[in-house]
Amino acid sequence: MSASMQAIADQKYKYGFTTDIEMEEFPLGLSEDIVRRISAKKSEPAWMLEWRLKAYRLWLTMEEPDWANVKHPPINYQELYYYAAPAKEQPKSLDDVDPELLRTYEKLGIPLNERAALAGVAVDAVFDSVSVATTFRDTLSKSGVIFCPISEAVREHPELVKKYLGSVVPVRDNYFAALNSAVFSDGSFVFIPKGVRCPMELSTYFRINARNTGQFERTLIIADDGASVSYLEGCTAPMRDENQLHAAVVELVAMDDAKIKYSTVQNWYPGDADGKGGIYNFVTKRGACRGKNSKISWTQVETGSAITWKYPSCVLQGDGSVGEFYSVAVTNHHQQADTGTKMIHLGKNTTSTIISKGISAGKSDNTYRGLVKILASASGARNFTQCDSLLIGNECGAHTVPYIESRNSSAKLEHEATTSKIDEDQLFYCRSRGLSEEDAVGMIVNGFCKDVLKELPMEFAVEAQKLLAVSLEGSVG
Amino acid sequence: MTALPSKKLEAWRYTDLAPLSEISFGAVPVAVAPVLPESDLPRLVFLNGVFSEVLSSRLDFAGAFDAVADASAQPLARINAEQARDGVTLTIPDGIDAGTVLLISHASGDAPFAFHLRHRVALGQGASLTIVDIAKGDGVYWHNPVTDITLAAGAKLNHYRLQDESREAFSLATIRAHIEAGAAYEHFTATIGARLSRTEIHASLAGEQATAHLNAAQMLTGEQHGDFTTVIAHKAPNCPSRQTVKSVLSGLSRGVFQGRIEVDRIAQKTDGYQMSQALLLSPHAEMDIKPELRIYADDVKCSHGATIGALDEDQVFYLRSRGIPEAEARSILVRAFLDDALAPVQQEEAKALFEAAIENWWVSQ
Repeated sequence: MSASMQAIADQKYKYGFTTDIEMEEFPLGLSEDIVRRISAKKSEPAWMLEWRLKAYRLWLTMEEPDWANVKHPPINYQELYYYAAPAKEQPKSLDDVDPELLRTYEKLGIPLNERAALAGVAVDAVFDSVSVATTFRDTLSKSGVIFCPISEAVREHPELVKKYLGSVVPVRDNYFAALNSAVFSDGSFVFIPKGVRCPMELSTYFRINARNTGQFERTLIIADDGASVSYLEGCTAPMRDENQLHAAVVELVAMDDAKIKYSTVQNWYPGDADGKGGIYNFVTKRGACRGKNSKISWTQVETGSAITWKYPSCVLQGDGSVGEFYSVAVTNHHQQADTGTKMIHLGKNTTSTIISKGISAGKSDNTYRGLVKILASASGARNFTQCDSLLIGNECGAHTVPYIESRNSSAKLEHEATTSKIDEDQLFYCRSRGLSEEDAVGMIVNGFCKDVLKELPMEFAVEAQKLLAVSLEGSVG
Repeated sequence: MTALPSKKLEAWRYTDLAPLSEISFGAVPVAVAPVLPESDLPRLVFLNGVFSEVLSSRLDFAGAFDAVADASAQPLARINAEQARDGVTLTIPDGIDAGTVLLISHASGDAPFAFHLRHRVALGQGASLTIVDIAKGDGVYWHNPVTDITLAAGAKLNHYRLQDESREAFSLATIRAHIEAGAAYEHFTATIGARLSRTEIHASLAGEQATAHLNAAQMLTGEQHGDFTTVIAHKAPNCPSRQTVKSVLSGLSRGVFQGRIEVDRIAQKTDGYQMSQALLLSPHAEMDIKPELRIYADDVKCSHGATIGALDEDQVFYLRSRGIPEAEARSILVRAFLDDALAPVQQEEAKALFEAAIENWWVSQ
């Protein structure tokens, strides 16, 4: 490895700064009392508290899953804070927002003020656990779109929340989903009414800021008949030494002819070069294509977190419904990623496409784990899966664990997977054209990921390409 | 006795041995003389799990069974070690081409019984051998053979298996091969018989240029369950491995293929390829595939492909438009579909045996 490349390899996490503002925290640990306090803090109705308590009691009986290809010291759930919020009252407008907070967002390049308008993005920015500023609410409400913090939805649209919350990811689905159901602090709620095409891309930026605070986001997006929405989620987290737990649940519901596009750029703190610190990201994301000809599309660029455990999935119930999963997962240093998707085909003529690109460098482990299941009812179902892995350096691991199950003879499934290293010839070609080695690698990696990156909305595609380069620089030599 | 593996074990998620555990197996009955295949090849015959000197050829490289201890991770191999009473030990000295030998197991009885053959095959440097392993039978029984293979540098073993056991039987075969530098293990299994069967192969490529080809054709019908599971461990640089697994499923049958390629840190320049394809001929057949790559070296080329679908009606139509009747057109296409898996079987007699078995299976459909 050349000296200049070593310098880049040692590059610090760019977004590693913390914001000193007053935080309000509950005592350490988890108990029924904490669950009650979270619920009370949010002025939740009794049914919501009941739901949380049920989830909490269920969680106590469950065991942490151990099947993923990740290693970490046991998590002590009594040594985490389950609620943290900026101490000041909820601001009414941007002017009321803590200026320190705004500066943080500025450093992260979030278009929260005028830039938001120019970018045409409505931002429901989550700072730790409470949504502190929401813009574009008016424009959205004119078209009938509900876009608000989920805690607000619980109060103002209880009939919708009651109907859909937990209907895609049941409380008992898995250990982390149960935990989230008990203690979720905030997140986004989106409802697109019949026939409405959401007038702008919706986006929420999640930040993890307070020390030792688990983030338990809960997102629920419903697209009614003929509605469509594109939702963006992007993350960067300030640098911290302790491992921080993040266990989010995202539920999507698409009715007849509805379309939901969910895009994620995840760049949480991955820990330092020795594997110290970093976020534990245990996320349950699932979409239900309930209606006929509905479509749910997941696109993710995962470059951050010490550990990623995440399988955005589609349950294709409606006839003719479509599920898509486009993923780039990059791991470097000591990062561990175990990610993939599940496509469950129930309806007739359902289609799913999986494109997964894994890149491992340093001493990291990167696993694709996916399930394609065709049930007997899914006549004419179709799946195409392509999983490619790229290895950079011989101390990392790349793993592919697909499960393919078909119970219908009229279904057609194709699966392809490859693992290789960066082609020396391609590298040589680029360098012979005067590109530096790291630029050449960046270019080749971006080419490798092109099929996924092109699925991202414009604003994200640019950020994602930069992220890939930053995540990998210095890993070649 | 070691417990049977449960479905909770990842390696057994698709094959449930509950039906096996429900049966109580009694004493091994006295065997009746079976009809053996007509062949001039030397043969080693086991009847109900017991070596038959009368029916077997005398081979100077064939030794007697010897008890074994087994502390491996495979529960079935441990059960075998506890229960094994017979088996064959084939030792081929350096540089010797021992030709082809038939290894025949025939089982039949009125009441359920079990037998656990333990075979050992060791080839010296540059030695070569072809084993044609045929398993047949009638009635309810559990055949749980383990074959341990060591191939010294440059040795070559062709191992062809026809699993045509009783449709009421359980057949759970474990094969473990240690392959040294430049040695080659060529494997083909045709799975036609048994109510529930599994072939589990662990091939370890321990020296440079060691190769493993693990192929299989599964042809299942009725309520049969067939499982072909492989683990190829690349433990040395420059080793190629190939796998081609074809499944043709009709009735309510269920086919399983689990194939894992493991590449150690030092196994640079590994070239691993795996293809698994399944044809579902009936609306209620099921195929489960789990191809897996576990890779720790960077300068490698590993890939796998998997497809599941019905016979291509366009191809059927093409053949029919050339005047070929529909039934025959389907037969041609199925036969062609299986061909890739069968291709490495070069020994004439073995090839004819498999061709006939496939033909028989198709006709019986």
